[in-house]
Amino acid sequence: MPSPLRDLREQIIRAASVAGEGHIASAFSILDILWVLYHGILRHDPGNPSDPARDRFVLSKGHASLGIYGILAQRGFFPMDELKTFASSSGRLGGHPDSRKVPGVEASTGSLGHGMPMAAGMALGLKIRESASRVVCIVGDGECNEGAVWEAALLAAHHKLGNFTCVVDFNHSGDRALMLGDLAGKFRSFGWEVTEIDGHDHAQIEAVLKPHGGDVPRAVIANTIKGRGCTDMENNPAWHHKAPKADELEAVLAQLT
Amino acid sequence: MRRQFVTTMERQLDEDPRTVILLGDIGVFAFRNAFKKHPKRIINIGILEQATVSVAAGLAKEGFIPLFHSIAPFVVERAFEQIKVDFGYQALGGHFVTVGGSYDYAALGCSHHCPGDVGLMQAVPGMQIIVPGHPAEFDALMTQTFASGKPAYHRLSERSNREARCVTFGKAEVVQSGGGPVIVTVGPFLDRVIEAAGGSDATILYYTTLAPFDAETLRQHAGDGRILCVEPFYEGTLAASITSALRGKRIALSSMGVPRKFLTDYGHASYHDAACGLMATDIRARLDELSHV
Repeated sequence: MPSPLRDLREQIIRAASVAGEGHIASAFSILDILWVLYHGILRHDPGNPSDPARDRFVLSKGHASLGIYGILAQRGFFPMDELKTFASSSGRLGGHPDSRKVPGVEASTGSLGHGMPMAAGMALGLKIRESASRVVCIVGDGECNEGAVWEAALLAAHHKLGNFTCVVDFNHSGDRALMLGDLAGKFRSFGWEVTEIDGHDHAQIEAVLKPHGGDVPRAVIANTIKGRGCTDMENNPAWHHKAPKADELEAVLAQLT
Repeated sequence: MRRQFVTTMERQLDEDPRTVILLGDIGVFAFRNAFKKHPKRIINIGILEQATVSVAAGLAKEGFIPLFHSIAPFVVERAFEQIKVDFGYQALGGHFVTVGGSYDYAALGCSHHCPGDVGLMQAVPGMQIIVPGHPAEFDALMTQTFASGKPAYHRLSERSNREARCVTFGKAEVVQSGGGPVIVTVGPFLDRVIEAAGGSDATILYYTTLAPFDAETLRQHAGDGRILCVEPFYEGTLAASITSALRGKRIALSSMGVPRKFLTDYGHASYHDAACGLMATDIRARLDELSHV
């Protein structure tokens, strides 16, 4: 029997293939994290996506949109069949997620370094309102080149946003440009609690993403493999922004795990 | 105008619990009473404009009406992409209130000049652009737009006109009506335009809302199409709005504003007015030139 995640990967690849577009490997890098977040961690209601009591999730690395679309569809925010409209002129599922179009998408992202401070602003707003909801965002390691990420890190610690968690999808795709060095140490020095995990180990992900209380924001350095779950895509830069052509599709699907 | 800004926003903090003010480490002393009264909803956020705009967007998503205040180049130019995407594209309500437009901070040099702010903000679809010419006009326009649910840019000026006009958001005011050229002017330039037009038969249209641009009032008073635009930012900034409003009509448009070059001298703003050819006598000379077209 194929696992639900393998099934989701297939849907994502098929959607990208139809569109001839998509950052599949970036989506696969975070798919385990998204799966755990939406299966027991984040309070969410597909029937009422703007429920004030929901937890908020912001995909700051918006180019991994296929990942969040797959999970939101799997949870019932919209039909899974809609993935076939990905990046089409008549569809609402764009190459980057749009909060004004897609139910369950909290922020329109795409320009790297915007989502994390927006998520921090949400967390600040929830804190002002003394809400019990929390905010989780995912940034990429390449995105951590952006100064606005570190501006947000300063702000979140200073304003004691214990309701805020930032997961770094550390798949090392940014290493070819700029080495981040001791990323955990950097967040610690900004005043965050930091935990490093295997970003594909569901038990580790679940343990670290449970509500933690307190007034210190939490950074999760998730060591991941870009393209995880499709043998040829794993750590293969050729697949960063590429979709299989129709005649390649079956061969790619055969590599799914 | 800055004192009025504090008074107006203290009132908004008192009256509307959705108000959150983020100060970019300026105006902190002026808002000292508000900090005591509303410690959760007025924050000296620090000097990190890009994240601040995004944080403000996050607050707007949570139902607050955020206001970010700092010096014009640091809000508009440094954080432009955040303004464009986080507020503009997401159609979020919030306010950007700046000081130091054009060469109000003349002595501080080019890094603190910002004659391009209005032109940049025009490039954000849906952005409301407001340039009051008097403290009371700021109060009126902020009050009228505060809960509009759209982003708004308010450009405070160091200099004001002597008297406040009864301004309405989105509407231009006909200050005087005649059979000669039409002068379109903005905010703090009104007094010098009135002085320049003394004894002439020019029509004067006074704009404090630049976007959305009141095309109807211009169309109604465009006369024979001779238009002189006197604008307190880069010259030509309003040209597209004016020509679009008068589409299909033959016009002769002459623009006077800050020349499109870096101003390398220091001194006072009045020195730059003269150096840029923006004194009342310069405006009169251009008006006379247009009168003979």
